[in-house]
Parts: sequence; structure tokens; C-alpha cells
Amino acid sequence: MSIILDKVNYVYSEKTAYEIQALKNINLKINDGEFIGIIGHTGSGKSTLIQHLNGLVKASSGGIYYNGQDIYDDDYELKELRGKVGLVFQYPEHQLFETTVFADVCFGPRNRGFSRKDAELKAFTALRSVRLAEDYWYRSPFELSGGQKRRAAIAGVLAMEPEVLVLDEPTAGLDPKGRDEILDLVAKLHRERQMTVILVSHSMEDVAKYVQRLIVMNHGSVLYDGTPVEVFAHYRELEEVGLAAPQVTYLMHELRKRGIPANGVATTLEEAKQSILQAFSQKHAMSQIREL
Amino acid sequence: MNFIEARKLVHEYIRRDEDDNVESILTALDEVNLDVKEGEFVAVLGHNGSGKSTLAKHLNVLLKPSGGTLWVNGKDTEDADNLWDIRQSTGMVFQNPDNQIIASVVEEDVAFGPENIGVPTTEIWKRVEKGLKSVGMIQYREHSPNRLSGGQKQRVAIAGVMAMEPKCIVLDEPTAMLDPNGRREVLEAVGQLNKEKGVTVILITHYMEEVIRADRVYVMDNGKVVMQGTPRAIFSQVDTLKSYRLDVPQITLLAYELRNAGVPVPEGILTRQELVEALCRLY
Repeated sequence: MSIILDKVNYVYSEKTAYEIQALKNINLKINDGEFIGIIGHTGSGKSTLIQHLNGLVKASSGGIYYNGQDIYDDDYELKELRGKVGLVFQYPEHQLFETTVFADVCFGPRNRGFSRKDAELKAFTALRSVRLAEDYWYRSPFELSGGQKRRAAIAGVLAMEPEVLVLDEPTAGLDPKGRDEILDLVAKLHRERQMTVILVSHSMEDVAKYVQRLIVMNHGSVLYDGTPVEVFAHYRELEEVGLAAPQVTYLMHELRKRGIPANGVATTLEEAKQSILQAFSQKHAMSQIREL
Repeated sequence: MNFIEARKLVHEYIRRDEDDNVESILTALDEVNLDVKEGEFVAVLGHNGSGKSTLAKHLNVLLKPSGGTLWVNGKDTEDADNLWDIRQSTGMVFQNPDNQIIASVVEEDVAFGPENIGVPTTEIWKRVEKGLKSVGMIQYREHSPNRLSGGQKQRVAIAGVMAMEPKCIVLDEPTAMLDPNGRREVLEAVGQLNKEKGVTVILITHYMEEVIRADRVYVMDNGKVVMQGTPRAIFSQVDTLKSYRLDVPQITLLAYELRNAGVPVPEGILTRQELVEALCRLY
């Protein structure tokens, strides 16, 4: 079970004066149950890339295989693929349109042809899993706060029971608590349902904290693909392409430069804290030994 | 008198049913007092729905007080005669750059504001040049805005406000949709306008890191101002901020956790440099 992208190229406005190659020779294998982050500057091809994963955009050349099947085959059911690969767009709450939150979440399964009862059951489960309090289910989406609306919109995608969840900057515009809530929710879906999650983000701190594998896009190509620790070790190169490493990664480099042996490439607050505490306790132990 | 003075400013969003009966009242601003001096850099923090954007809209008279008073540049926002003066003195930049750009060439977009208020043509071009230079976008003057990055578009939007020669700029989450580079570009441009041109800046944001360079910070919750002080004083109160659904910069949080774990770094560390220095002194 996997998604394979084989030499995928995508060109916008081909053969016009505005021709732009948005994706250049992308080769990727996305394994079942991975939690992947995608980072890259504006216009690096992140959004174009994820729109290929459920066939919303068709590659100009190259192939995409979902569980071994070529999604560009004439008899391939793209509609089914869109149920399996759930895409949460940027500002998904702008797409809420029904009179109540519950009706909105039912729309997807109803549209796929499920009976009213089945659709409602799926909506119920989805709204539960995003932890939106039942008080809000029968209200107009407009009455919800930013974070609640976003959770309702994610529930709309979860109601399709996707195997892969792709989120394009799901925390943009949310307050810090709202950001944590959405990301914790996504991490929980990954942990408890072994769902494959692909998270597009502008926050280096967020991807460092949550994902297992990090893909860096630059001008339509994959620049790095590895664990956050591996990728953020290239912090100088990342800066050159308009990105950065998490603040704590820089801190550790600066501490080492100043002679504090804080080991490891820390990418999260917890790693940095442990590393600094260790350096201090070693020093402390050494001075105690000397005193003896 | 301060450049901005709010006294017990109230704003109510009133919902009415089909028969015009009041269905519900949401108090978005609840007796807010705000004082901003000319040339100050003030940041406003608060969770979604805390009233920040409602406050911003009052500063530029997109909304009028339901109660209390607000003076901007010495003028009462309630008085309709002051409307255009206030809007000219206090410009706004919103979250989404794509919603604010209207022309097909960068310099024409920047020229729109002054042209709209009848500034003579030669003067308009001077202002366009000055505005674009002030945000480092002069080399893009003849470009099409839709080919610019998010950070560049947002800087064009700021240049458009600068062309109105305002005394104050209100920015409502100007970096929410930008990548790290875009965020840095916009903040640097804003910081420069404040430092070099003495423009009063009111920055509304959800990114705690962006608040560090402000002179003062206001924290809003449920339509009220619940905290105010220097960034250092505000970010020293980690637990209080968390109770308002906010956070502190990652470095500040790391320093706080190190303190709790027994490394006596001082309170209210804001920058990487400060933490490095503090740890080197202790080591």
C-alpha cells in the first residue's frame, strides 16, 4: 500500500507566454501510515504536488500509482480515489456552505451515494473525532470560531473515511491554542488509525515537532527528503531557498560555538532542553569529581 | 494627547431576526482603554474571536463605537466629518494580500490611494516612488502583482498605504498567509517604517516571535484588554498567556522550562542571543 510518483512533471499554461513548470521530475514513494511534512517557499510547488495525489490535477508527464494501480488508466475510478485521499485545502472553512455544520459534513458521503442514514453515521463519527462539541453541530457554520470552523471542515473530509489525509497549511490564521489543537488532532488520527498524513506547513517548529519524514520543495523539485533531524542539519542551505530551521536548532549551534557541549541536532524544544540539561549536569558532575 | 485614545470603547454585533427583533448581542469590545503615542510600535495579541480585528476596524472607522469613545489623531471617530481625515492618517493592511491588490501593475496599485483623494499627478509619482522604496520594492514597480510572492505582495500593499502619507499603519495579521521569508520581509519593512520614518505601528498577530520588537504589547481576551506591558514583561508570564490561548516564543518557552528544571536562567528571555549569553554565563 503506497502512493508512488514516477517522474512527475507539471506545466501550467503550457505553450503560452505564461508557461511555468511547477513540478520537475518528482519521484516519491509515500508509504502506508507515514506522517510526512512538506515545506517550501511560496511557489515552490507544494500545493501543486498535493493536488496530484488525488487526481485533481493531471501530470503533464509521468505516472502516479495508488496501491500499485495507475491512476491515469482509462478505467481507473478517480472519484473513488478522491474518497481515499482526502484533501483539506487552505482555509477550508471558506468551503462550508450548508445551513448547519452537520448537513455540511453529511454532504461528502451523500454525494458519494451513501444512504442518508449511513451518511449521518459517518458525519457523527467524523464530528466526534475532531472533538467539536455537539452544541455546535446544528448551528450555522458562520457562528463558529475560526478553530471550530476549521475542525468542522476537516470533519467533512474525514466523513469520507479517507486512507490518506492531506492538509495544506491547516493552521494558517489560527491562534496558538487553535494551532496546537488542530495538529494534536491530526497526530491522533495518525497514531490511532494508522492514517497516512501529509502536512504542508510554513512553520518549521510545527513540522519538527510532529512529522517523521520531511520533504523540502524548491522551484518544483524535491530538495531534501529525510527525517527532520537530517533535513534541518542543512539549515544554511534551507535559508538560501527562503526557509529556515527551528529556532532551537540555531540555538544549539550557537551554544556549541561558545563551548557548551550541547550534543545532537535538536529540532524540537524537548530535544534542546534535554541536551542542554545533560551538558549542565555533566559539567556539574565533573566539578564534583574534581572537588573530591 | 496620544495619537490613539480609546476610553471604555464598546462594540456590539447585534443579530436581528426577520422582524427586526434583537436575537442576540455579541460584545466584541468590552470597555477597552487603549493609548498609543505617536511613533510607538504596539502589538496586539489575542485568540481568534478575542476582539482584535474589531478593534483594528475601529481605528480606521470601518466600524463605529456602540459605546465609549475613540480618538484617532485627535479626532473623534464618531463624528462623520472626521471620517476621511482619520482614514488618511491611519492606513490598514489586511491578512490576505490578494484581496488588497487591484491594479495590474505594481506602481498603479500604489498610486490608487493618492489618485483617489485627488493628489496632483506629479505628486502621486513622487509618493509612489517613496512608498515603494520604503518597503524595498522599487525594482518591481513595472511588474504585474500576480507574479509576486506573498511577502512581496504584502509589501506592495504597505507601499499603497504609505503613499497616503499616514501617521499610523494598522496591520491585521499581515503575515498569516506568508512563508518564513515573506514574514521576515514584511516585518523588516514594518520595523523600518517605524524606526526611520517614525510611523506609528499597530501590529495584530498570532505569531509570538513577531511581537518581540514592539515597544508595548496589549493582550485581549473576550473583548477586554487583559494584559499590557513590554514584550519582556508580558512573555515572563507564560502560564497566564497560555490561559488566554496564547503562547510565548519558542526560545522564551525553552528558557522557562530550563528554569523549571533547575537551570537558573533569568525570566523573560526573548531572543536566541539572550539565551545563549545567559547559558554561557551559567555554564
